Amino acid sequence: MSTVALLLITGLGLGALYFLVASGLSLIYGLMGVLNFAHGSFLTISAFLAWEVARRIGADSWGSLGLALLVGAVVGGIVAAGTELLLIRRLYERHIEQVLVTVGLALASVALFQGIWGTDPQYVTGPAWLAQTTDVLGARIPNNRFLLIAVAAAVLLTLLLFLRYTRFGLVIRAGVENRSMVTALGIDVRRAFTLVFTIGGAAAGIGGVLASHYFGYVSPEMGASLLIFAFIVTVIGGLGSLAGAALAAVFVAVIQQFANFYLGGTGDIMVVLLLAVVLLVRPRGLLGRRG
Amino acid sequence: MNAVLVSMRRPGARWLLSALLVVGLAALPLLNIVVPGVLPGPSYTPGTLQLLALSLIFAALALSYHVLFGAAGLLSFGHALYFAIGAYGLGILLKRTELPLLLAVAVVLAGTLVVATVLGAISLRVSGISFAMVTLAFAQAGSVLIQRNSGITGGEDGLSLSTQQLPDFFVGVLNTRNLYWLALALLVVVFLAVRWFERSRAGHVAAAARENELRVRVIGLRPFSVKLVAVVIAGVLAAAIGMVYLLLQSGVVPGVASSNFTLTLLVIVVLGGVGSRWGAVIGGVVYTLLDQRLSALAGSDAIAGLPAVLRVPLSEPLFLLGTLFILVVLFLPGGIVGVAGRLTRRAGRTSGATREDPRDVIEETE
Amino acid sequence: MTGEVVLRVSGLSARIGHQQVVEDVSFDVPAGEVTAILGRNGAGKTSTIKGILGLIGRSGIVELEGERIDTLATDRIVRRGVGYVPEDREVFASLTVAENLRLAERDASPRRELVAELFPELITRGAQRAGTLSGGQQQMLSLSRALLNDNRILLIDEPTKGLSPKLVAEVVAALEVVARVVPILLVEQNLNAARRLAARLVVIEDGRSVLSGPASEFFEDEERLIRMLGVHGSGVGGVGTA
Ligand SMILES: Nc1ncnc2c1ncn2[C@@H]1O[C@H](COP(=O)(O)OP(=O)(O)O)[C@@H](O)[C@H]1O
Ligand SMILES: [Mg+2]
Repeated sequence: MSTVALLLITGLGLGALYFLVASGLSLIYGLMGVLNFAHGSFLTISAFLAWEVARRIGADSWGSLGLALLVGAVVGGIVAAGTELLLIRRLYERHIEQVLVTVGLALASVALFQGIWGTDPQYVTGPAWLAQTTDVLGARIPNNRFLLIAVAAAVLLTLLLFLRYTRFGLVIRAGVENRSMVTALGIDVRRAFTLVFTIGGAAAGIGGVLASHYFGYVSPEMGASLLIFAFIVTVIGGLGSLAGAALAAVFVAVIQQFANFYLGGTGDIMVVLLLAVVLLVRPRGLLGRRG
Repeated sequence: MNAVLVSMRRPGARWLLSALLVVGLAALPLLNIVVPGVLPGPSYTPGTLQLLALSLIFAALALSYHVLFGAAGLLSFGHALYFAIGAYGLGILLKRTELPLLLAVAVVLAGTLVVATVLGAISLRVSGISFAMVTLAFAQAGSVLIQRNSGITGGEDGLSLSTQQLPDFFVGVLNTRNLYWLALALLVVVFLAVRWFERSRAGHVAAAARENELRVRVIGLRPFSVKLVAVVIAGVLAAAIGMVYLLLQSGVVPGVASSNFTLTLLVIVVLGGVGSRWGAVIGGVVYTLLDQRLSALAGSDAIAGLPAVLRVPLSEPLFLLGTLFILVVLFLPGGIVGVAGRLTRRAGRTSGATREDPRDVIEETE
Repeated sequence: MTGEVVLRVSGLSARIGHQQVVEDVSFDVPAGEVTAILGRNGAGKTSTIKGILGLIGRSGIVELEGERIDTLATDRIVRRGVGYVPEDREVFASLTVAENLRLAERDASPRRELVAELFPELITRGAQRAGTLSGGQQQMLSLSRALLNDNRILLIDEPTKGLSPKLVAEVVAALEVVARVVPILLVEQNLNAARRLAARLVVIEDGRSVLSGPASEFFEDEERLIRMLGVHGSGVGGVGTA
């Protein structure tokens, strides 16, 4: 029982990370048809800069953790918005070229991070509570899991409220469904493009800071390795669906944890198998509308 | 270059030039050609031949990727998987079994055929960007399998080539030129195979489906099967190339199964010119040489003396290549071949011949 | 007002992908009346409308009240006062009816009362997802999105397509009301509906405009018109009185 609780809560924590990366990917793809390969780099740069800030002001206070999360969100948002304005926008509606540009950005930025911070992981510390454990049903759960789950839930809730109750949210939801009809109502969807990039980048930035506490370090490849699972999550959840991304993130991460423990470290393989099964049974994903 | 491309418009001349090019390349190990700044030494030395053979292998691999991306319009992020299957498959069979070389090669090719068919059939259930993500996931699973099963694959350290079953002329530094010739022969075979596919009925349907899938369906053809054929052909070719790579490098490391390796192929194809066989070849050669030179530059004293703002980016070859790639996508659609095509068009116009669409030129040079 | 030209299309060509689907189409839409585009299925009527709006690649000259709009992006064209009711409605299925309407509001004071008056059902069904509406209700919603704003012209593509005769009559009646306040460029396959609404006709064949003129001239020889358009007898559904 205690093992199940540990695996479940750790799975939820990892799922929270997947969701923070996948939510932006899914919204960006849903609205713009762009597969953003540079999304992992948004996460990594945010994690590095947040770490740089936190360690300068003393990483062990709650205030510095809060500041780190804020820095992560702001850096992620700004870098993402810059990417959209400078690179993606020039290639308006040319989806393959847009993907290629993000591929180039991913390759170049990871190399740059390696040049700046080296290839070795940089170890991250935080408030003492995060490194301790809490007893749940006999399992000793690392406290950082709770932080991850709480923050991801807050982000999910904020995004849902934003999408539901604001004009921009309305434009984004409509654009995901039928972009050209939105322009035909006289709305400049390109502003929404920059906005989803910014939102997605901010979510990934928060994810980066949290990931550094989950794994205990920051490394240049951190974003890229999370990105692959985030891709799987977006396909399983259904491209363009935020709720689908949340559901699939939890699903994928929990299965991964259980397979790693009970099936001899086969978590990654099981996730890919799950993807294959979903594609065979339901190619548009759990909550996706289109094929 | 201009003259070459202009004269390539005539099919007879094109054949002759291609044949001359192959003969010229084949003669390199027997000649003493020095190209400072591009080749590390005279053309007959093993180090240079090793680099040249590697560039031919990358050219061939880019060609196999061209079958997917250029010919069938399939954006795959998992092509490295098949290359890795070839290299690791042959490496493991040679190490673990008594199979003679040719039989081992046949077994690996047959295995690749099966894997490519199954994975291709599953991933082709989705199209476009989803296809890209799914192929990425499959390749990632392959990469994980290689790293997890270090007992068989050597894990992070990689797998070294076991030479008992190999003929002597492929073993040892002094025989590098034999491996170079093998790589050249492989490139020619791959080129002809890709050319044959593109000109076959399946190739034409694949090209039509790339432009307008709906119309292909309407006239009663099934894009699915031709796409699957493209995936399988590309996979089997990549596996064959992986096997030659294993022989040339005397081993293989898990990096060749990584998503970054596939992304490198994408960079090569775009650099050379999407949709063009010669573009893939030129891109493969240019990329390999550039990568080698940039790595040499990164380690040089000139760079070490620079201030950090310049030193850090300049000492990361992948940063420079990634940036170059972005610039090509933004400003040079059509890549190297596209630029060459535009230049020839200008040259051609002054000599009377005109051409309307730059894309024609890219297609011409195929 | 009649006599003035609201929309002038000269030498319009449009393409889908690399394929040219409209070639050298020219016609005028005068103020104060309905101009109908007729033509067989696949003739290029929808593509003409989309070309005017810049929804597909196009070349040629399009002038709205004397000003070129053919170099503008779609959203800018629409904001100049071009309302669009697409073929097949294209309501946002996952959004509620109220959200669909709210999204379409551009003006500071959108004409909600007009919509409420014409289609009261839409107001009572405000919280319902548009995807669950019937075809006729979706058409009304699509029409309402264009009516909310003060437009110089409406481009309406086959508003009666796939509707029952009773609904066709309702839609035609609504359009008659609308036509009193704003000129309409209407694509219409239903000849009776076209006869009721249109003052002028433009016939498109194989992507080219072949004929245009006052509707009365065309309807004098309806046999010929039917032959030209290749519509079946049953396609010329009756329009009851509204
Ligand atoms: N998505 C598409 N891809 C390729 N051709 C298309 C597409 N949509 C329409 N067409 C072609 O464009 C032509 C004009 O279509 P359209 O403007 O929709 O005709 P209409 O509205 O008069 O029925 C037709 O021949 C049709 O086959
Ligand atoms: Mg139509």
